Amino acid sequence: MAHTASSGSTATRGTPEPKEKQHTIALLVENHFGAFNRIAGLFAAKGYNIDSLTVGPTEEKEISRMTIVTHGDDQIIEQIVKQLHKLIDTIKVIDLTFEPFVERELVLVKVQSTTSTRAEIMQISEIFRAKVVDISPKTVMLEATGSQQKVDAIINMLKPFGIRELARTGRVALKREFQGEV
Amino acid sequence: MVSTKTPERAHGKMMTGAEIFVRSLVEEGVEVVFGYPGGAVIGIYDALHDITDIRHILTRHEQGATHAAEGYAKASGKPGVVLVTSGPGATNTVTGIADAYMDSIPIVIFTGQVAVKMIGNDAFQEADIVGITRPITKHNFLVKDVRELTRTIKEAFFIATTGRPGPVLVDLPKDVMAQKTLFEYPKSVELRGYQPVVEGNAKQVKKAAELISKAKRPVLYVGGGVINSNAARELQILAEKLRCPVTTTLHGLGAFPEGNALSMGMLGMHGTWYSNVAVSYCDVLIAIGARFDDRVTGKVEAFAVEAKKVHIDIDPAAISKNVPVDVPIVGDVKHVLRALTELVEPLDTADWLATIAQWKAEHPLRYKHDDSLRAQHVIQALGDLTSGDAVVVTDVGQHQMWAAQFYRWKHPRSHITSGGLGTMGFSLPASMGAAFANPKHPVVSISGDGGFQMNSQELATIVQHQLPIKIFVINNGFLGMVRQWQELFWRKRYSHVDITAPDFVKLAEAYGCKALRVAAPSEVENAIQTALEYHEGPILIEFVVAREDNVYPMIPAGQTINELMDNPDPVLPSGNGSSTKSHTMVHVKG
Repeated sequence: MAHTASSGSTATRGTPEPKEKQHTIALLVENHFGAFNRIAGLFAAKGYNIDSLTVGPTEEKEISRMTIVTHGDDQIIEQIVKQLHKLIDTIKVIDLTFEPFVERELVLVKVQSTTSTRAEIMQISEIFRAKVVDISPKTVMLEATGSQQKVDAIINMLKPFGIRELARTGRVALKREFQGEV
Repeated sequence: MVSTKTPERAHGKMMTGAEIFVRSLVEEGVEVVFGYPGGAVIGIYDALHDITDIRHILTRHEQGATHAAEGYAKASGKPGVVLVTSGPGATNTVTGIADAYMDSIPIVIFTGQVAVKMIGNDAFQEADIVGITRPITKHNFLVKDVRELTRTIKEAFFIATTGRPGPVLVDLPKDVMAQKTLFEYPKSVELRGYQPVVEGNAKQVKKAAELISKAKRPVLYVGGGVINSNAARELQILAEKLRCPVTTTLHGLGAFPEGNALSMGMLGMHGTWYSNVAVSYCDVLIAIGARFDDRVTGKVEAFAVEAKKVHIDIDPAAISKNVPVDVPIVGDVKHVLRALTELVEPLDTADWLATIAQWKAEHPLRYKHDDSLRAQHVIQALGDLTSGDAVVVTDVGQHQMWAAQFYRWKHPRSHITSGGLGTMGFSLPASMGAAFANPKHPVVSISGDGGFQMNSQELATIVQHQLPIKIFVINNGFLGMVRQWQELFWRKRYSHVDITAPDFVKLAEAYGCKALRVAAPSEVENAIQTALEYHEGPILIEFVVAREDNVYPMIPAGQTINELMDNPDPVLPSGNGSSTKSHTMVHVKG
């Protein structure tokens, strides 16, 4: 258990070490009391990284889906998958990294605006297919969804105007289905 | 005691949670519960009052109850059961739960809890025991509705005893235990997230057999999984068919008889010289129900580097955790060993076994023979006088390693100790559990003077039940293992290891326990014989041993075979060894 990345298990976006890769792991768990704690606690106890973690209900009411973005070398990732699988409440663990998958993140961002900058903000919003969801004399709130890179990009574009507040969901992901031979 | 199932008429009756709880234990075939009552479980204790199928043993501390349950489970192979109250009752079980988790021991711990609506209010004797024990249990539950009670208990026993065994805790709020519902005990368990693999993958077993067939210098490295799986017989058949030498971990002791010529005894930090050297020279290492613990491997990068590795374990997460392996096989050891034995052919290991025999002669386990009484002598005498047929429960420290080295283990489940967690104070309460589980064989508890003082209150429980346990206290007036490290690695600066003790003979007598003191080597055999012939109750023998003595061989923590220190004492001519090479630093490579 040689892994002692400085970011520990807190939800940080630490830079992966050279041999480390970012992995997106999808998890189906029993919707039991304490199941979430068990998984978060596992990452804390073993010193694994969490880059992002989302949890929500699924089409079956007894099952929750978690999407965990983590990083580590191959041995650590193998251990993470095995340890997650070992938990009694875990029904299925899929490392999506090596499969085609769709990932999305949502961000709400409140940007400072004046009458002179509002139009430019709206333009940026359109380019990213974001939506204006709230507006006030001094601010505009945008809602954007997309991959982590896209969300990063819109935030970067909005930074010069002054970001008042920002909320990101973290990543959700689903495996793509087979499309047939092309 | 024979358990009688709940009469049919009990099924389908309205009962309180407390009554259902007790009935459920009977359904699970529980015969002994180690516990301690309190406010939050008073209803359960009331229900227990009328039950004759279950024996409740009142320990003198909840930690004692947990270790007793571990000792019971290790000696019998059945789950140990603990019942304690909320708050401090629950938190006192934590060390024992962590111990059972590290050593894969099936115990089920039932804790009282404050009423559901009081949870989180800092109520009297409230502790979030489910939160506290989450990282040290295989699984745990909080029962919030009496209708979930039977299913939860059924699942708890199922999870604790199947797959890689471990502790499971069930938290029982006081009001839930007072609610009424119909009693129906489920017949089976449905857990879609928990399906332990039993049979090994046939392709993997075949690959392992092919790898083994090419071995010239194979070693079987055997852990506690062989004992948990009741596979000692299968192991012996495989080892003898292959003519492959066997080394065991601390928890593997007893899985393979040390009288067998293929046995190399224990490996690791204080393992035999020859088992460690053999592992570093071997070309195929077959790990069975073992987890490449750091006390076995030392520096992992340098462990058995010459060898291709096969690893058989029921826990997929144990595979390639510390050391990458070439052929992993996930499955129950007993099943995998049977399948593997069919596929392998005898190997030509004559040269390899001859080399090992020579190492054994040149570097035997040994100790200083002088006027002082030594723990190694006591243990060797115990092994001789019991012919290896006793159940020996050790504590943690030097005496534990000497017991591992010198007893000459013969039977599975005859060696019980705290390995992974290394819990001082384990032996006395655990021996109590072993005595309830195994009344046919003599049970011997061995502790140092330090560890004994950590749970000596359980003498009262042992005397109350007149358990015929032979309690050995190896007294050197030091916390010996720490002293040894301070001597060898901390320039002999003995910091807080000089420990005083009460007069152990008087202490035992105050509890009503027969007691002797032995201080001369010449008295050892007689005293042990006296203890073995005394069946009326417990007997304590204090052995006053040499103050300073070291456990050898030793590979210092985190180091490699090249730093293996053999015993500086010369090999006696009475052993087969003619060599007088001593305190050897081995250089295996090159």
